[in-house]
Order: sequence, then structure tokens, then C-alpha cells
Amino acid sequence: MSNHLLEVNNLKTSFFIPAGEVKAVDDVSFTLDKGEVLGIVGESGSGKSVTAYSIMQILSKPGEIVGGSVKFDNQELVGMSEAQLRKIRGAKISIIFQDPMTSLNPVYTVGNQIDEAIKLHTNLKGDQVHKKTIEILTQVGVNDPEKRAKQYPFEFSGGMLQRVMIAMALVCEPDILIADEPTTALDVTIQAQIMELMRELQKKLGMSIILITHDLGVVADMCDKIQVMYAGKIVERGTAKEIFYNPKHEYTKGLLKSIPSTQNKKKLIPIQGNPIDLLNIPKGCAFSPRCEQCMKICLEQYPAVKVFSETQQASCWMNVFKELKGSGTVE
Amino acid sequence: MNKKMLNYILKRFLLALFTIWIVITITFFIMHAVPGGPFLSEKAASPETTAALQAKYGLDKPILEQYFNYLSGVIKFDFGPSLKYKGITVTELIVTGFKTSAFIGGIAALIAILIGVFLGSIAAVNHKTKLDQAIMFFSTAFVALPSFITASILLLVFCVKLQWFPANGLTTKGLILPIISLSLSPMSYITRLTRSSTLDVMGQDYIRTAKAKGVNYWVIIFKHSLRNALTPVITYIGPMLASVLTGSLVVEKIFTVAGIGKYFVSSIVNRDYMMIMGTTIFLTTIVIIMLFLTDIMYKIVNPRVDLE
Repeated sequence: MSNHLLEVNNLKTSFFIPAGEVKAVDDVSFTLDKGEVLGIVGESGSGKSVTAYSIMQILSKPGEIVGGSVKFDNQELVGMSEAQLRKIRGAKISIIFQDPMTSLNPVYTVGNQIDEAIKLHTNLKGDQVHKKTIEILTQVGVNDPEKRAKQYPFEFSGGMLQRVMIAMALVCEPDILIADEPTTALDVTIQAQIMELMRELQKKLGMSIILITHDLGVVADMCDKIQVMYAGKIVERGTAKEIFYNPKHEYTKGLLKSIPSTQNKKKLIPIQGNPIDLLNIPKGCAFSPRCEQCMKICLEQYPAVKVFSETQQASCWMNVFKELKGSGTVE
Repeated sequence: MNKKMLNYILKRFLLALFTIWIVITITFFIMHAVPGGPFLSEKAASPETTAALQAKYGLDKPILEQYFNYLSGVIKFDFGPSLKYKGITVTELIVTGFKTSAFIGGIAALIAILIGVFLGSIAAVNHKTKLDQAIMFFSTAFVALPSFITASILLLVFCVKLQWFPANGLTTKGLILPIISLSLSPMSYITRLTRSSTLDVMGQDYIRTAKAKGVNYWVIIFKHSLRNALTPVITYIGPMLASVLTGSLVVEKIFTVAGIGKYFVSSIVNRDYMMIMGTTIFLTTIVIIMLFLTDIMYKIVNPRVDLE
């Protein structure tokens, strides 16, 4: 028995395409406790969303979990029957997606879609369902909810739809909310509003959140802990403080350098190159072809996990190199 | 039903009248421009007899006068007498034939839609499996095969060899095979349309949302996916209904069904001027009604559609 709400161990998810096996998530382990906010950061194609879909077991073909386990509340989700999973999806673990404009069914009213979630997971009937829908819409800040519930998704703005998505995800009071790039498709002022709303609801309802984003700025003031993903692997993890003030992986450092700042007019330094081709992962560190500090060993061997504190770990040869340099073994 | 809707229906109605008028005019003049006439046959009648017949039906008058006479008849719903079948009006012929054609056509269309949509959905959710391939094989075959071949095969197998059904459509039991042969092609087409649009819809974000919400698989298919996937099917159903309801010459000939389909061809061969006009106006009206219903269906299925 573990005390963690969610425990992911050595999760491996692959996509089997004609060109070969794409290891989208490769040996990922982490835990999430009750009320905790975990940020998963990485660029496009690093396996963040696939990790989320693997937890929910909503991968679509040709994606497949090939190994590892996902334990929620000490129940194994990998290999669980669809009927049992349906009782967890939307009720215990909910997810909101990147693009609210396409994530709601265009031919049903917003109210109908929230009603559906309530009817699936509670015993409420008729008027009570409607009352609950209006209540949750009010809670996420939708004005005139009686009227809005009768409208179709195309009559809403993107920000309002994301509020609706959040309402739909939270209406059954789940233990975990997975937010898969919830603000990426929205404009900046709306992004701030949505993040504020999520923070507020998290305080009120006390659920755990897995916040997936490629924007370190978004996770900074919300997450208790952050893990950085690259090419399907977690390359560094730590508390928000450790990641921002004391990054230990070259990739994390690169990400931090590419955050624009309003205070000083320093030139933005992007990470060179493109995300790695997952069909052709280098033998050593997957980030090595783009890394400015790349050494010979980086190309040949995957760096072992180095533990810096109870919360911070990273897999980067530079740490080993610095240690050796410090002890005088190398110049 | 509000004012906007009434306006829309009124607009469509006026537009329909205009369309019918154009069709009448074009058909009328083309018909008369073609050499020959209803009373010419291999057994040449005496010029006096022909002239008398022409005078009786007003065919000796100037063409414009005939045109306006015909139009004023149409306004009073008088489509004139048949020039070929003596003593029967065009309206009577069409109504009698249409009763049979609409009956078997209606059932055939219903079967085509229900089974087509069902098979299409089944094929889509079993994408790339043996079942999908089998459904695709048969639907491709029945779309490609002309009706005279499928009808003949049905006749040969079920009437001649197995003797399960009578080979004519004079009894109710005898109508089963004509209904099947009428429905096979549209059913297969609807199967293919439903399959491809369902495949498209199943990859949409909102399907993933439904799944993440804990919605049952079949509810996802028949509630969340099907309604979105139906749009292309509805586009096809309008014209398909018009064509199936107005009968098929081939099917009616092969199974001896007393439908309306044969008149479309025979009236032209006979130069039965009144009948040509009657069947043309009839077909135009049916097509217009079906297209109107199609537009209404779009609105019902998809709330984003704005009828204007």
C-alpha cells in the first residue's frame, strides 16, 4: 500500500506506425499526492500529453501502453476493464484539453454536455441535474448560466468554452484534474484568467492537478513540483524553486533562458534545432544533438539519474563532469 | 417556428414556383422543336384523321398559343388528357402509378437509410478489420452494379431457382424483390458515406472528450459521433429520395410493377406531349420538395446551420 494518490511507475507508451515504434513515453515514473499541483513541462512531442492520455487510458490507436503501471488510489489502471475505467474517468480523474473550441461536441448544447457528465457519475435526476449544471457554470464564472446552458459551443468564445470544459471536468468533484495545455489556444489575457480560475478552484475543492504546458511561466507560481520532459523521458524534476533558481539539466537551463522577461531587455536565447525524431533516438542523451555543452559521452551513454535533494533529480552528464572537475580529476 | 422560419418557407415556395415555370417553358419548347408528333405511326393514318386529331387536342394552333393554353391549365392543376391512353387524364395516370411507386420506393428508401447508416457505423468502428473489408466489398459491388443486373440476379435466384417469391409485382409478396433491388444501390452508397464521415468524426477532439468523461462506447458512436457524421448522408438522401420515390423503369419492367417509372420513358417514345409535360413537372416538384426537406434536416441535425 502506498500513500500516494497517483503513482506512475516505469510507464512506457508507444505508437506503432508503419515506419516503426515511436516511444512517446519511455520509462516515466512519478507520484502525485492529494492536493498537490504537479507541472509537466516540455516542448511539443516530448510526451507530456501522451503521459496524460496514458493515465486516463484514452489513447487512440496506434498508441498503446507497452509497460509499467499507473496506480490510482492503489488500484491498477493499466489493464483495468473499460467498464471500471468509465467509473473513474470524469468522476475521479478528469481532463481538460488544449483547444476548447474543438473539444466540445458542436451539435449539443453546453448544458446538455455538462448534464451528461452529471448523469453518468451521480444519482441526481431531472431538475437536480440542471440545478447542478447551473451551479457549476456559476462557479467557473459563466455569466447568465441559465441562458448560456441552452446555447451551443459555437455561440461561445474560446475563454468561455475553456471555463465550460473546466466546469464539465469538475462537476463530479474529481480527485485529480489533468490540465493538458489548458491555455495554449487562448490569448494572453484570457490565459491569465483561466489560470487564476484553476488556482481558485484548486484551493476551494482541494483536488490535485497535473498541469501540462510548454510554458514555464505558466507553471511557475502554481505548481508545487515540476518535472521536465524531453523525448519521452523525465530529464529533471524538482520543486518550482529548485527548477527556477537551480536547474541541473542543460535542457531546463535552455528553457529558462528562452522565457521572455519584461524587466530587462536581454536578448532571448532560444534552444537551437528541432525536437528529436522519436523514431531515431540517439544512443546517449536525447538532447545531446542540440546541447551546447555536449560532450563525447553524451552521445554514447544515457546519463544516470543524479539526486541533488529529496525533491530534485536530473539526468545530465554535465553534473558528473562538474563534480569530477571540482575534485580535480579532470581539467 | 418563428417569423424567420415562415419567411424562409415562403421564399422557398416562391422560388419553387419560378423553377417549375422555367422547367415547363424549356421542356415545352424543346419537346415541340423535335420532329414528329403523337399521331405519327408506322401505320400512316389519313391526313384528314391526323388533322382532326390535331385539332381536337389543339395541336394545330400556333405554338405560343398552345404554350399559354397549357400554362393556364397548369395553374388550375389541369394537366390535360393523355394523348396515348385514351380517355384518361395525365393526373389520373400519374396518381395511380405514383401510389405504387411511392409505396415501394418509400420502403426501399427507409431500408436504405436505416441499414446503410447502421452498416456504415459498424464498418467505421471496426476499421481495418475483416468485417469492415467485407462491408466495403459488398457496398462497392452494389454501388457499381447497374440495377438491371442486380434485379435480374435477384429474379433468377429467388423466383426461378428457389421459387420463394412470385416473379411479378401484382401481389404484396411480389413487391419484396423490387423493394430490395431498389434499395441496394442507395443503401450501399449511404454505407460508404456514413463509414467515411464516421471515421473522420471519430478522430475529432470532442470524441476524446466524451471518452474522457466516461461515456459508454456505443453512446459515443450513436450520440456523439453519428449526428455529426450525418451531414454528407443527408446531402445524398434528398436527391436519392426523389429518384427512388418516382420509380425505376428497369425494376418496374423486370418485376412487372405498375409504377410510374415507365411513363418517364414511354411518354417520350410516344410523343405524348401532355404526359411528357406532366411527368416532368411531377419530377421537378418532387425534387424541389426533397431538397427543401434536406435543408430542414440540416438545420435539425446541425444547430450551426442558419436557414437563409
